[in-house]
Amino acid sequence: MRFKLLIGALLAAAVVAGPSAAKTLRWASQGDILTFDPMSQNESLNNTFSDYIYEGLVRYNKQFVPEPALATSWTRVSPTVWRFSLRRNVKFHDGSSMNADDVVFSFQRVLAPSSNMKVYAQGIKETRKVDDYTVEIVTDGPNPVLLRGLVDVKVMSKAWATKHNVLNPQDYVKKEETHAARNANGTGQFMLKSFEADVRTVLVANPNWWDKAEGNVTEIVYRPIKQDSTRAAALLSNEIDLVLDPPTQDIPRLRQNSAIKIADGTETRIIFLGFDQWRDESPYTDVKGKNPFKDKRVRQALYQAIDIEAIRRATMRGLAVPTGSMIAPQVNGYFEEFAKRLPHDEAAAKRLLSEAGYPNGFSFTLDCPNNRYINDEEICIAITAMWAKVGLKAKLNAMPRATYFQKIQKFDTSVYLLGWATATFDGLYTLQSLIRSPAADGKGADGNFNLGKYSNAKADALIDQVKTEIDDAKRNQAMRDAQRIHAEDIGHIPLHQQVIPWAMRSNVSVFHRADNRLDGRWVRVD
Amino acid sequence: MSVRPNAGAGEAVAVPRLPSLAERLRGAWDGDVAYSFRRSPVAVVSAIVLAACLAGALFAPWLAPHNPFDLKTLNLLDALSPPVWQEGGKPGYLLGTDDQGRDVLSAIMYGARISLLVGLASVALAVVMGVSLGLLAGYAGGKIDAFIMRVADVQLSFPAILIALLIDGVARAALPRDAHGDVALFVLILAIGVSNWVQYARTVRGSTMVEKNKEYVQAARVIGVSSWGIMGRHLLPNVMGPVLVLGTINIATAILTEATLSFLGVGVPPTQPSLGTLIRVGNDFLFSGEWWITIFPGVALVVMVLSINLLGDWLRDALNPKLR
Repeated sequence: MRFKLLIGALLAAAVVAGPSAAKTLRWASQGDILTFDPMSQNESLNNTFSDYIYEGLVRYNKQFVPEPALATSWTRVSPTVWRFSLRRNVKFHDGSSMNADDVVFSFQRVLAPSSNMKVYAQGIKETRKVDDYTVEIVTDGPNPVLLRGLVDVKVMSKAWATKHNVLNPQDYVKKEETHAARNANGTGQFMLKSFEADVRTVLVANPNWWDKAEGNVTEIVYRPIKQDSTRAAALLSNEIDLVLDPPTQDIPRLRQNSAIKIADGTETRIIFLGFDQWRDESPYTDVKGKNPFKDKRVRQALYQAIDIEAIRRATMRGLAVPTGSMIAPQVNGYFEEFAKRLPHDEAAAKRLLSEAGYPNGFSFTLDCPNNRYINDEEICIAITAMWAKVGLKAKLNAMPRATYFQKIQKFDTSVYLLGWATATFDGLYTLQSLIRSPAADGKGADGNFNLGKYSNAKADALIDQVKTEIDDAKRNQAMRDAQRIHAEDIGHIPLHQQVIPWAMRSNVSVFHRADNRLDGRWVRVD
Repeated sequence: MSVRPNAGAGEAVAVPRLPSLAERLRGAWDGDVAYSFRRSPVAVVSAIVLAACLAGALFAPWLAPHNPFDLKTLNLLDALSPPVWQEGGKPGYLLGTDDQGRDVLSAIMYGARISLLVGLASVALAVVMGVSLGLLAGYAGGKIDAFIMRVADVQLSFPAILIALLIDGVARAALPRDAHGDVALFVLILAIGVSNWVQYARTVRGSTMVEKNKEYVQAARVIGVSSWGIMGRHLLPNVMGPVLVLGTINIATAILTEATLSFLGVGVPPTQPSLGTLIRVGNDFLFSGEWWITIFPGVALVVMVLSINLLGDWLRDALNPKLR
């Protein structure tokens, strides 16, 4: 009874308060935010929260075309110089004003050695202040996708960063702890109120935001819930409003529930396997004196031993699109010819292993996250069983995302599973991050997630050409050729494209984004 | 009439020679205990069920229809088959399969092996620790007694599961990641064993303090038997009765503790699942209607623990002279 009275009182309060009443969106997915430093980890959930708190010069609209955000307009002064006019009267959450100094500082910061977001600023040679509200970006060649990258280069306050000694991005791989990792000061729609690692994160609407949101959410509460059944139960019991990654096994049941609705769609994310292809002896194998993964026949055997159709049916319950391409169909630079996979063929896999000198197989460790991608650990278990059938003894090392990313970003792996979404919707982002060899000095964005250091000079040259080619036909041809070389080399083993049904209470409406980011601007809770 | 010297009436009788442990066990088997066993249908049924569980677990490699840990034999396309009597069930998978195509029945048999191993080994460890410390405390008295018993008091103020979690957590942090899988089982046994020694120590200390003033102990002392000899040869056999009862019941508790830890994800790794791990993994599928993945291991756990507990109960009554 008291509960009913309380509800009544709340309803009355809501009516009195009218349309400005607080609307809280409580959502969950399996893992937690790694850091609030917007330049420390290029990871979707992290970027989702950076989008809430921070803003770039431009942002995506619903068609994924960059539109003005902190910049109001821009012109190309020359093929390599872009001039941006900044929005006036924009305040950071701490009340200070945003100006050109902050923008210039942020572009320096994103290119610092410890930055994980360099790929978004690729090709930028210099950012300079013209006056307090004008900046110029100089690129090292014509850059056809500059604006798409700028979406994810967030503007931070120079004064705040100086005061809290966070002029450089947090070095996540070295387990650095900084003020910016647990605090945030952006210009965006939401302000960070509290962050309890692995428990909950609370954001509240920024009353001084320069823009008006289409949605009505004034508070966001995020909770990581690792256990599948708990996540589904929390949604069903109205403890949370939305689950970004409902368990695949529960989706049929959720669909039948009238209190729940599902927003369907595929993600630009491809799940794939990568291998150590640079060491002379790989650390996590029992093969001594040579590295088996340098042998293309071994990589092909690993590939052909995988029955992707069984994984799609049993592990993913149909919620996956098997592919041989490293780039998803929604992305510019996708070519259907690469979608066809090498056939599942155990006999061929065994023969290839014998030819490579491993008639009895060998053993190695497969590194795998267990709270990052949909059914990641289950996929890895299924794959180790398939490899066992051709004589390869893979030991599974499954771990939570925070430790997993620290390990593999140090290249400390022999075989690993990773998922890659093309945040810019342009293939260069993927080619440059995953397929381009890392620069010898480790600087720049080249190959920053090429964690097995796959390397082919011809592919490298083509990818470098893509960076500055402005003729669309030639650019696409170069992307196509680079992918062909990579596919022939079997540089990675693509598995499938993720299908991302978001499950939510029926009073919640969202815009389903193919990059799996729950955008705060377009959420309504009624 | 019992031959146990500490069974009340035995005190008045002059004991010329202490009967050996084996002789006394044989005597017990021929006498009241066996009789009481035959007369208790609960005890007989529990013993049969427990024997079946033990045999299933012990001979799993020969009895189980599949080897769930041999990855080569798994077929992902057989995954999530319901039990054989349900629609869609596949012959050969009596209790259905899990999400990786592992036979649930075989997984339970192999899982029970781990559960029983952890249960027995951790109780053995706790008994060895508890009985030796209890004997020492009871016999030595003074500062040694005070020290051991204060440690025991402190430990008693924490729930056993917390201590097990603590030991497990420390071991995880101290050991390199790669070694976790290999030593997880031993860490678990250690954690559960160490968290349970106090009960034995207290019981044994109490009995020791009673026994150590009896004539046979004094006689032994007079003829020059060393303290260690008295504790080991004279006191130990006479204080073990209650320990046996406690130990039997604690096997069930230890199995449950292991299942709890594994359910929380800090027990044995999923590559070597115990019953608790199987229940945890299956729990994710309870909502989607694949109930057999978690229910059957749960039933197996309940049956095993219940039969051990009932046997323990009966044993306590059978060994209690007051109830005869």
